[in-house]
Amino acid sequence: MKANANQRRDGGAQPKRIYPDQWERHTPRERLTQWLWLLGGAFAAVWSVSALDIEWAFFADAHEQAADLIQRMWPPRWSYLPVVVRPLIETIHIATLGTMISIVLALPVAFLAARNTTLNQGTWLLGRAILVLSRSINTVIWGLLFVAIFGPGPVAGICAVAARSVGFIAKLVAEAIEEVEAGQIEAVEATGAGTFQIYGIAILPQILPVLIGTSIYRWDINVRESSVLGFVGAGGIGLLLYASINQFAWSQVLVILIAILAIIIISEALSAYVRSRIT
Amino acid sequence: MSATASPAYPTTWRPPSLFGSRRRRFIFWAAVVAYVIWSVSDLNIDGNRILAGLPRALDIFARMVPPDFSRWEMLLSGMVESIQIAIASTIVGALLAIPIGLAAAANLSPRPLYFLARGFIVIGRTFHEVIIAIFFVKLFGFGPVAGLLTLAFSSAIFLGKMLAEDIENMKEGPVEAIRATGASFGQVVGYAVVPQVMVKSLGVLIYRLDANLRHSTVIGIVGAGGIGQTLSASFSRYDFDFSSAILLTIAALVALGEWFSDWARRRLR
Repeated sequence: MKANANQRRDGGAQPKRIYPDQWERHTPRERLTQWLWLLGGAFAAVWSVSALDIEWAFFADAHEQAADLIQRMWPPRWSYLPVVVRPLIETIHIATLGTMISIVLALPVAFLAARNTTLNQGTWLLGRAILVLSRSINTVIWGLLFVAIFGPGPVAGICAVAARSVGFIAKLVAEAIEEVEAGQIEAVEATGAGTFQIYGIAILPQILPVLIGTSIYRWDINVRESSVLGFVGAGGIGLLLYASINQFAWSQVLVILIAILAIIIISEALSAYVRSRIT
Repeated sequence: MSATASPAYPTTWRPPSLFGSRRRRFIFWAAVVAYVIWSVSDLNIDGNRILAGLPRALDIFARMVPPDFSRWEMLLSGMVESIQIAIASTIVGALLAIPIGLAAAANLSPRPLYFLARGFIVIGRTFHEVIIAIFFVKLFGFGPVAGLLTLAFSSAIFLGKMLAEDIENMKEGPVEAIRATGASFGQVVGYAVVPQVMVKSLGVLIYRLDANLRHSTVIGIVGAGGIGQTLSASFSRYDFDFSSAILLTIAALVALGEWFSDWARRRLR
């Protein structure tokens, strides 16, 4: 509006300016683009919903199904709780060991994937390719792959967690390496240090807080992820949950869900506490 | 620090330790080693089975190596379904997130409603998408509807939480100013809250679209539609060359989605 008015004054053709009687928040052009965005969103929604062949009949009795499910779940079968404890510990083990392995693997990958520490264009591409491949495949899908390799059990779960976390940790650490202070590298370089001494003494201490913080954060995500790894046979509480669901033992399912809720909330709180202490 | 004796300067330099003292460092590493020993023995990890797995891994990789794109029609339809699930669930989730976000913002909503919404967010966020998907599969049968509802549910909670935090962090001035004009709650939201949180919320929305694309590839494992179903089937049929084709396509799509999301969010800022 303002720009318009100025233009008119410059031209000087109109002696009188027309003031609107009412306050309008948006110019017509703004309103048009807003409507176009909304229309685009609506179009995307309609296209994606209509092409999914939704069986609307299922919606008709969904509330009855839900009520039925809740009725079967309540009351939780607390006597089942002792059975849950061991798989719960296993779940935490899978998350922790997987995270530990991924920290060890992530460090070299991060150095490869950071532009200022990689050896050449080829190694940088290799590092980036590892990042993309590791991050784009979900932990559960990694689980499918490792179950095919090692057979069902926690080993497959640990490998799956590690495989997915390497990319996550390495990506954030690589970003930290790229933002490292150059002065310290130069200073260490000036003493005649070799490449690995520079990495260890000038860069590593600078990225250590990021590495530790990211790893702990990833650990608590991994506890959540490993709660479902059992669905593909990769160990942990998911195995028990899946079995209970298939047996329609809903009061048992509720106990397992409460147990999962508890360990995830505890691990999240622990991770948040440790991270707040570090940074 | 006596003045008479010359202080003993160290002749070698060690970088300062993260742990403060050597003793603490020793305790830390001892604890790590002890944990690893305990957990490995607790999990009954069988070294022989891992060794037996290595040749099998080589075999699987060998069978994966020329990825088999000949069934591209199946691949394409699964991928399109995943993308549709991602888009639809993001939009539905965003619509549901608005009331959740408003209810969970401490500065707008009444106390009891606030606690209810926060509790809902905490519990909803805890469970993995796959667990939620199982329930929707039970309620709505196998297929993409369950996937759509699962991701819409988890998106609504995620977006609602982010929205609530944005609302809590916004400036109070505009809200007071609009309220002083005698505006209703809806008008306060429309003229004071929305302009302040819009840009950031759009950024979060785009991020969530990208995240949903990634999640939509996995919920198929429990029968909730999308490419995950095709992938899971190909694994159970030892159809590894098709699996690797699917995995590469997923990786490409996710990388593309991430790139798009980064680009769009940078443009927003």
